Amino acid sequence: MDSALIPSYSRRNLGSGFLFGLGLVGFIDETVFHQLLHWHHFYDKSTSDIGLVSDGFFHAFSWFATIGALFMFADLRRRNALMPTRWWGGVLLGGGIFQLYDGTIQHKLMRLHQIRYVDNVIAYDIVWNVTAIAMILAGIVLILQSRKYPSKRDLQHES
Amino acid sequence: MNHNHMDTVGFSYDFIWILLCALLIALYFMAARISNRQYRSWPLSRYFFWTFGVASAAAAVGGPLANLALTDFKAHMAGHLLLGMLAPLLLALAAPMTLLLRTLSLRSSRRLSRLLKSRPLRILSDPVTATLLNIGGLYILYTTDLFLRMHESLTLHIFIHIHVFLAGYLFTISIIYIDPSSHRTSYRYRAVVCILALAAHGILAKYIYSHPPAGVPLIQAETGAKLMYYGGDLIEIVFITIFCFQWYKATRPRKSVQMNKVTIDAESP
Repeated sequence: MDSALIPSYSRRNLGSGFLFGLGLVGFIDETVFHQLLHWHHFYDKSTSDIGLVSDGFFHAFSWFATIGALFMFADLRRRNALMPTRWWGGVLLGGGIFQLYDGTIQHKLMRLHQIRYVDNVIAYDIVWNVTAIAMILAGIVLILQSRKYPSKRDLQHES
Repeated sequence: MNHNHMDTVGFSYDFIWILLCALLIALYFMAARISNRQYRSWPLSRYFFWTFGVASAAAAVGGPLANLALTDFKAHMAGHLLLGMLAPLLLALAAPMTLLLRTLSLRSSRRLSRLLKSRPLRILSDPVTATLLNIGGLYILYTTDLFLRMHESLTLHIFIHIHVFLAGYLFTISIIYIDPSSHRTSYRYRAVVCILALAAHGILAKYIYSHPPAGVPLIQAETGAKLMYYGGDLIEIVFITIFCFQWYKATRPRKSVQMNKVTIDAESP
């Protein structure tokens, strides 16, 4: 493979993973927390207008991101340019960033809805946001590793 | 609300719609049969897309669902999803313009394609214009007293339904290219506009949830809004998948890269 193409493929692995992670967290949020547990509410009266816009945008974007990222993944595979470590790093980074945005700005600042309608919601907030930060850190570690020590598969494709 | 005009003309109104839909399906089948003599056989799937597309539009404008929609907002919203989203998608997949172009005589089809390439149609079929007509129309319908007035005037009722369908169709073909399009825009541009349009659709659904249109009881607005939000999602997933699949097909690696790959595979131990 033309090695000149590699930097762009490397970026695309990260991009595809990032978008997929973002979409996956959005999807889990919708199915698990809205539909299955009924913790999140469809609409909270204290939602600010900007919260409504932000929610609508991220909802639409996460659908597009999930599906688009999977087609990007398939595209990288057929080009033999998939870098699994980097891709998973992207997934964790994208998922973590969206979860942190959801847990801090959307839930708290824009008051879209709370994680669960109970007294000690702060405990849920802490678990939620700490998980998000852990995902971001794990994602960064994987991404840096994939640059320093390309995995066997990565190396094979980059040679 | 006053629905008297519907009760008195109910029978003939439904009858006209059914006749019109049967005619549309018959015309499509005839055109396919006629053009099959000259060109390669028209794909079977497209007959299904066309028939179900016409049927889902028909269900929204006549018959039991449409009658229920006059008093029940949830039924109205189900009709809106059928007429404004599902029917346009199915009909677009049936590639009616391709069929028309290959059925018409050479001279008429040239004239038609010249018309399709004209400047006004290029502006109209731009994703941004199509989104404004489609989603903008919905905002006007549900956030002003137009929704109330629609139930008082048959003319307005018909006009709004035609607009919802045409704008939905225009939006669909401005993002997904099934028929040959002479004004193609980039995947990135269409993806951005599409996300914004779908976001605006979701935002409007949640707005309706808390601000019912004039004359709609709060509880009906809530169930109707949820149907708009999640029903919309369902069709959007299909819509986005088709769009991405088209990108996937269009960006397939060129032959030389493929051959390169083969040599690398052969060299690697």
